[in-house]
Amino acid sequence: MTFKDYFKKYPNEEGYFGEYGGSFIPPTLEEEMKRINEAYYSISKSHEFISELRSIRKHFQGRPTPVYYCNRLSEKYGGRIYLKREDLNHSGAHKLNHCMGEALLAKYMGKKKLIAETGAGQHGVALATAAAYFGLECEIHMGEVDIAKEHPNVMRMKILGATVVPVTHGLKTLKEAVDSAFQAYLKDPINTIYCIGSVVGPHPFPMMVREFQRVVGIEARDQYQEMTGELPDNIVACVGGGSNAMGIFSAFLDDKDIKLHGVEPAGRGIDKEGEHAATLTLGSPGVIHGFKCYMLQDKTGEPAPVYSVASGLDYPGVGPEHSMLKDLERAEYHHIDDNECIDAFFELSRLEGIIPALESAHAIAYAIKLAKANPKQSILVNLSGRGDKDLDFVVDTYGLPEDREA
Amino acid sequence: MNRIDNLFQNKKQDILSIYFPAGYPNLNDTVPNLELLQTAGVDMVEIGIPFSDPLADGSAIQAAAKQSLDNGMKLRLLFEQLKDARQTVSMPLILMGYWNTIYRYGVDQFLKDCKKIGIDGLIIPDLPLEEFEAHYKSDFEEYGIYNVLLACPETDEVRFQKLITATQGFLYLVSSSATTGGSVKLDEEHKAYFNRIKKIETPSLIGFGINNKESFNYACQYANGAIVGTAFIKALKKNKAKDFIKKIK
Ligand SMILES: Cc1ncc(COP(=O)(O)O)c(C=O)c1O
Repeated sequence: MTFKDYFKKYPNEEGYFGEYGGSFIPPTLEEEMKRINEAYYSISKSHEFISELRSIRKHFQGRPTPVYYCNRLSEKYGGRIYLKREDLNHSGAHKLNHCMGEALLAKYMGKKKLIAETGAGQHGVALATAAAYFGLECEIHMGEVDIAKEHPNVMRMKILGATVVPVTHGLKTLKEAVDSAFQAYLKDPINTIYCIGSVVGPHPFPMMVREFQRVVGIEARDQYQEMTGELPDNIVACVGGGSNAMGIFSAFLDDKDIKLHGVEPAGRGIDKEGEHAATLTLGSPGVIHGFKCYMLQDKTGEPAPVYSVASGLDYPGVGPEHSMLKDLERAEYHHIDDNECIDAFFELSRLEGIIPALESAHAIAYAIKLAKANPKQSILVNLSGRGDKDLDFVVDTYGLPEDREA
Repeated sequence: MNRIDNLFQNKKQDILSIYFPAGYPNLNDTVPNLELLQTAGVDMVEIGIPFSDPLADGSAIQAAAKQSLDNGMKLRLLFEQLKDARQTVSMPLILMGYWNTIYRYGVDQFLKDCKKIGIDGLIIPDLPLEEFEAHYKSDFEEYGIYNVLLACPETDEVRFQKLITATQGFLYLVSSSATTGGSVKLDEEHKAYFNRIKKIETPSLIGFGINNKESFNYACQYANGAIVGTAFIKALKKNKAKDFIKKIK
């Protein structure tokens, strides 16, 4: 398969990436999705929209974010490891890239309120930031378990003026937060808009979020080339729903020799059901939250319980585009467990002075493995977010490395 | 002849259809509930296949589905429970469920099992018409199982016309754009929407938010009848199912 006209062909008009994606939703949502889709095509391609978004990217978000060479990390493990610094994007993660796009679209559509789910709280914070910027109301649905774990982000959302709705059913994490946000959205689809947090959900969300995240890959490709005079051998990104990974993968799809690696959470071990969220590694095709994708599910089609130390990664589904890229073998998907993630979290902090988000630490951990195995190769990692939100949780749960060794 | 067609041929008005989740409130209540409803004079029943992430349902049905799942209800078990139901139950039976449960079970096997038991139709709120027509329509036809489609106030005219012709058995009119469990709005805007259906030939039932005699009668002015879910589930929970039906009829 060629990736030449890829972005025009995928997804197709019905929102399919190969056999994945589509729009499996009740008719009550159907009309609104059509409206968002039409608005996306008519508004977001307009000169006015693009200029406004570009100005926001530069002056408000602080883009372009740098690409950075990890001197000490590369020295220790081999290879040449580079980071695309999405942790330096305003509000601390790549999530603001699609939130500003979605919120700008909402403004053009005359919406009054933004609704979303959040796992780690990064998407919630980013959307609350966008809502404040545009003067829109914002309601964030978040599982009680994540609220307890991601306290700083909950406070940030509240300070930014958002309402945080605790979700108390099921495992009280990301999947349930999506259920709850959909419910709230259905109550008033005319005045509100669901700003989904990743490249998931019914068409057109996976496409829209990818398009708004492509800025990461476009920048990184230029920057890397400018720094080194060549292109990287490997791209690495963590995969929850898959937005940061799609953002960076998208710029390299057509370069067949560049390996694309997505990293999923193995949690407490992929051999134990309910203890990981390695969806692409172990899932099977299914339908969840309005779209078809690889999915962790039981024999009867119920979504399986999922877990990861990183709240932004524990989702039983995954973006339809990743599902297709896996089948096409254009991208490879690997997994990193909690302990490897925590080790990488401290390694990057202490070797480079960069505290990564636990989600992003999965990508770092895999990059370290890759570097050890391929000391001559270059690796560009999407460092999707900073770890400030995770400090208390990590130290309380795992202690500092010197305490652990003692 | 499909029992749904039969029903609408013999009865044009005040059709009462009841929705309840399988295995609720207790795992083995499915068939007793059906028998109770038949005795109480209900015209048709929709049995919900529980799913943990039902996009179209409000909190009451979600909670009931959760309880049913916790009780141990599964599609396979539901078919087992319904094996001999047709010996005592003659009204049309519809299964309502979400696509992943059916997809995962195997569409062909699912239809085969439905036919064996005597299921007349299916309501699958998250299976888009286009997907159905492209991949599954012929299988449904082969087994003689109806695919009942849903329309809602936001449905535009072109789509509405398409749904009228494509639906089988009857058209399910969602009273408002929200999830199940609200209350039906008796305002002008909804009148316009309901008036649309007065003019159509396709039989129709109004559902979502029908919770008492008043809203049932209101719905019956426009459609051939109505579907009651959440309100009935609440009555079931309080062990007042019979009273509830008596009051609404
Ligand atoms: C920093 C960070 N990276 C990654 C993710 C995972 O999302 P995605 O796979 O869509 O990039 C999250 C989600 O909350 C996050 O906060």
